[in-house]
Amino acid sequence: MLSYILKRLVFMVPLLFGITIVCFTVMHLAPGSPTDMQTQLNPKASAEAKERLRAIYELDKPLHLQYLSWLKRLAVLDLGRSFSPDRRPVKDKIFERIPITVLLNILSMILILAVAIPLGVMSAVRRGSWFDRITSVFVFIGFAIPTFWLALLLMILFGVQLGWLPISGLRSLNAEYLPAGEAAWDLAKHLILPVLLSAFGGLAGFSRYMRANMLEVVRQDYIMTARAKGLSERVVIYKHALRNALLPVITILGLSIPGLIGGGVIFETIFAIPGMGQLFYMAVMSRDYPTVMGILFIGAILTLFGNLIADVSYALADPRIRVS
Amino acid sequence: MAVSGACIVLMFFMVSVLAPWLAPYDPSSIDLKQILMPPSWDHPFGTDPLGRDVLSRMIWGTGISLKVGFVATGISILIGMLLGAVAGYYGGWVDALIMRFVDVMLCFPAFFLILAVIALLEPSIWNIMIVIGLTGWMGVTRLVRADFISLKEREFVLAARVIGASDLRIIFRHILPNAMASVLVAATLGVAGAILTESALSFLGIGVQPPTPSWGNILTAGKDNIDTAWWLSLYPGMAILVTVLGYNLLGEGLRDALDPRLRGR
Repeated sequence: MLSYILKRLVFMVPLLFGITIVCFTVMHLAPGSPTDMQTQLNPKASAEAKERLRAIYELDKPLHLQYLSWLKRLAVLDLGRSFSPDRRPVKDKIFERIPITVLLNILSMILILAVAIPLGVMSAVRRGSWFDRITSVFVFIGFAIPTFWLALLLMILFGVQLGWLPISGLRSLNAEYLPAGEAAWDLAKHLILPVLLSAFGGLAGFSRYMRANMLEVVRQDYIMTARAKGLSERVVIYKHALRNALLPVITILGLSIPGLIGGGVIFETIFAIPGMGQLFYMAVMSRDYPTVMGILFIGAILTLFGNLIADVSYALADPRIRVS
Repeated sequence: MAVSGACIVLMFFMVSVLAPWLAPYDPSSIDLKQILMPPSWDHPFGTDPLGRDVLSRMIWGTGISLKVGFVATGISILIGMLLGAVAGYYGGWVDALIMRFVDVMLCFPAFFLILAVIALLEPSIWNIMIVIGLTGWMGVTRLVRADFISLKEREFVLAARVIGASDLRIIFRHILPNAMASVLVAATLGVAGAILTESALSFLGIGVQPPTPSWGNILTAGKDNIDTAWWLSLYPGMAILVTVLGYNLLGEGLRDALDPRLRGR
């Protein structure tokens, strides 16, 4: 087990370097020099002040040396300072928002699993029935629907017309004055729509995948054996087939992490939730390059580690992987 | 299934081509006396905050969305086919290098990459097309590579080598045409995805810029006027839904038809 984890960690190192190279390349796509923003618009900046600024940012050194010194700063997670008026270190701005985004993503994943797995299993078991057909239609529409549009519609329906759910932020304005129980419910109310919508995209794909998986597993010989042993259909499906069909789900969960993180941009912006995605959007709109690059990097790292966790979980769940 | 998808796709294609004759109003004509009017006989889909007719904007937006979808997918297909063919055919360290590159690119949330790049360059239609294309080639690469790995052991490849065909010729003239089935399916589904991405970008304000109409940027106005102008939110989204559904149906239908496991019934 340990050797498997070590092998995976070693495998991650070139990927880590690859991520830094891609980030570095993207950073240098911008036309003009990064110091332009601070110098061009300032008529009092003398030529030698501009040269000194360039020297500070090491822009006069060749590219590979810039890359190396950037790597050294990355190793200590020094992501620079934000261009926005508060000039705070990018690392702080990102890290204080990660918990919210992670919370949103974890809740979405739980919702996806809780709904898609039963749906997929039931569709497979009742293959061809009206339940299966209706679910298929739902899945197809789910694939095609622009989730931000669905967000708008649900906001109109539940927020504006019916007034049941709040449509922005994480807490109501009077949240500090509410007793603990009500405050928790307030938080939950604010989270319902974002989590629902964030999970929606994954739901369609997942339930379809579960269905396909179950259908394949049910065709296996050991299921025939289980039935021949006289076990009830219920036990056959839920105890034997399901366990085997669930294994690839872990991998798929890992693969959907980048989608969840990226999708967070849209939902956090629409619902004004102070997470990493909203920070990214605001940074992009205000051309706050250090923050944009920092979040790009952190996002990729989170995905990398998410995949690592998924792989290790898969090895934990499936003993065959450990032995091979 | 493929047939219904094809019908939808064809319908939208016709709308985009016939736009100049179909649209009742000029999509950019501002009429400040008609700001935010709900749907009526005059304006079946209502008007937007600048008094422009939503139906006309949506009709013209069809062409824009389709154009972005096709070009972006075209780019990712081209990159994917090339990289996948080279990786699958040559194997060895070339294959390993390309697949590691694919893995690295898959670590980046596509949306983050797209937003970051568009923030650095500006949001012109070409930039959007290129960036969406540059983040979508990974799946195609894997598919083509898998096809190549299985196809390169077949007799017709051996025969081509025996008569002295060069590697390049074998790849492009002999193996690639046989790999087109999965590429076609991926392309169709890719167009659907590209349309969704473009509309999301336009919705966030970083895609197609007004006054050029795009279904996404009409929805931006919908979000800003969410408590009053429901028609700005409803109709463009439905257009996106139906278009993407059409391409998905077409793609899935093609996949069912071309899947080699189902052939030879």
